[in-house]
Amino acid sequence: MLKQIEGSKAVAEAVALCRPEVICAYPISPQTHIVEGLGEMVKSGELAPCEFINVESEFAAMSVAIGASAAGARAYTATASQGLLFMAEAVFNAAGMGLPIVMTVANRAIGAPINIWNDHTDSMSQRDCGWIQLFAETNQEALDLHIQAFRLAEELSLPVMVCMDGFILTHAYERVDMPTQAQVDAFLPPFQPRQVLDPQEPVSMGAMVGPEAFTEVRYLAHVKQMQALDLIPGWAAEFRQAFGRDSGGLVHAYRTEDADTVVVALGSVLGTIKDTVDALRDKGHKFGVLGITCFRPWPTVAIREALAGAKRVIVLEKAFGVGLGGIVSSNVRTTSNAADSVFTVIAGLGGRPITRDSLARVFLEVEAGTAPALTFLDLNRAAVDRALARERESRRSGPIAEALLKDIGLVTAQLR
Amino acid sequence: MSFQPVKFYQTGTFTVGNRLLPDNERSVQSTVRRTNSLNSGHRACQGCGEALGARYAIDAAMEVTNGQLIAANATGCLEVFSTPYPETSWQIPWVHSLFGNTAAVATGIAAALRVKGRSETRVVAQGGDGGTTDIGFGCLSGMFERNDDVLYICYDNGGYMNTGVQRSSATPPAARTATTAAVGPTPGNPFGQGKDLPAIAMAHNIPYVATATVSELRDLEAKVRRAMEFRGARYLHILVPCPLGWGHDSSLTIRMARLAHESGIFPVFEAENGEVTGVSKIRRQVPVEEYLKPQKRYAHLFAPRPREDVIRRIQEAADRNIRRYRLLEEA
Repeated sequence: MLKQIEGSKAVAEAVALCRPEVICAYPISPQTHIVEGLGEMVKSGELAPCEFINVESEFAAMSVAIGASAAGARAYTATASQGLLFMAEAVFNAAGMGLPIVMTVANRAIGAPINIWNDHTDSMSQRDCGWIQLFAETNQEALDLHIQAFRLAEELSLPVMVCMDGFILTHAYERVDMPTQAQVDAFLPPFQPRQVLDPQEPVSMGAMVGPEAFTEVRYLAHVKQMQALDLIPGWAAEFRQAFGRDSGGLVHAYRTEDADTVVVALGSVLGTIKDTVDALRDKGHKFGVLGITCFRPWPTVAIREALAGAKRVIVLEKAFGVGLGGIVSSNVRTTSNAADSVFTVIAGLGGRPITRDSLARVFLEVEAGTAPALTFLDLNRAAVDRALARERESRRSGPIAEALLKDIGLVTAQLR
Repeated sequence: MSFQPVKFYQTGTFTVGNRLLPDNERSVQSTVRRTNSLNSGHRACQGCGEALGARYAIDAAMEVTNGQLIAANATGCLEVFSTPYPETSWQIPWVHSLFGNTAAVATGIAAALRVKGRSETRVVAQGGDGGTTDIGFGCLSGMFERNDDVLYICYDNGGYMNTGVQRSSATPPAARTATTAAVGPTPGNPFGQGKDLPAIAMAHNIPYVATATVSELRDLEAKVRRAMEFRGARYLHILVPCPLGWGHDSSLTIRMARLAHESGIFPVFEAENGEVTGVSKIRRQVPVEEYLKPQKRYAHLFAPRPREDVIRRIQEAADRNIRRYRLLEEA
């Protein structure tokens, strides 16, 4: 059924169609509308049977989900940014125990300085935690990925994080095709846990494992994620058959067949990149785009194949490893045959708009061979230089961010 | 057949009286119904108060729930000594997640049972004092506040014993720990710090709060049984002496717990909906020195120079407990 609704509301409705049994909620922007929507559905009785629990922190949210999942219930929560970091210990724990929790991460920057807007620093900080990480390009894909996520999680007994860009997707009103309950029920079977806390068959879960077996237990977590690489493409095909659209899968290639330069990215920015590439194509520049939907597990083969014909690869990412550079690009470099020709563009940090003009400029620089290996898109170099100068001149130069903003002044007028 | 209430003044306890008691007051440990929920063969130290308290508490909970019990366990001694895979002493479904989230994990289990209509299966969360009063306090308070259907049991041995006897917010004043060394002008843990968690639990107005020690094991069992009669959040705080951390002989565990009660150091009471409904009276108040002296963690109060000033402050705190909870039997 076609609907014109907010991304968060669409996700809430899709999650409800997945018949979650325990939902834990703790407010953090820009995720709040999702759990608000679900809370209302539980309160009204529309979503039943389901327990909606207002917890006291994100750490508790994930911990309640752990307990619920361990007791055999389909568990869901949503978070973002600081919330994801605050629950980090429990995030690793859920993966370590192999509990098939599904969590939405409404991607947002990490402070300090505090910033509520979109980038990918939160999800990227948890890239090695053992969760499957799927990134949605559109609101339609975000809601579809949740339906696939529950099935994937429960089949593999692994938790799945569905990442969607905060505000850009969560707060955007767009047309989505909402599946019916019958469609979702046919795609997503009831939860049959591999392990469950049951007095009829008592087990001990989460006990200590020493050096004699820890490697094997961790390796099996890796094996399971590798199994996801085999399952996801087939399920995306099955999803297309059942729901009539492409959603999910490992990667999405766009105009890559004869491309000299392929731009790799995750999430909603892919739309802007495709528009930019279309315009460049019209002028004879052979660009293509590779969207990565499944970031963990890392789809090595699919990415290598998609990049096989490219002379240059540009990885555009909304987070970076401080002191290193690109995070996604580091992954791409281990995958691509043209590792020396992988360029990193850091963009959209803390919600900075990523414009077609800026993208086209940096893309053409890479094509012309004049771009450095690492570019911070639209970096205000003068402001940075002034901040560095201030630190040279005075020992007590004060809070960096404050002085920098005094230099820049009101910025809204500068945004295009 | 009627029964005469019995008191065994020889020991101050019921230790020899089990078979003289009416059936419903006998320890589950003396019956064929005993489930050995925490089975033998675990790695607890000799004289471990926590192992004793946990066995009595969980077996009692198993008895009243007819074996329909799930436990969530915090990181700590109890978790470590009972379970390294592939061995486990737990004969009940048991989950360890983290140090600080046990109450929340239990909330999740209770929610799962509720949603599945399995209200006959009950949930216990358990942890040491560090996992309860410090790192797990946020989750615990949240569980209390929501009145989730969980019995939380804190085994209080007054410190982080699993990591090598460090100070927690349940460590008593003047006690030596690895992070409150017995050196300097005010050796040991400072006065004026620490949390009174039973009182904090009561302030949440949850249905049931009780304290117990491993010296009055039938009282402990009775409190578990009483706790299981309520739905909602319940809290049981059990004093469990630790021979390793307290530095007393491992044969003195029960005696130390009894002295903690009889000196007024550890008031034993129960409360419903935030109001005290019963206290375990002290027949004969013992001076706190009797409790302090066998414990090496207080050795600096007796040698090289007796610290009567510090002992007096501890005595004052014990006297305050006795007044506050009316612990002394009326003459």
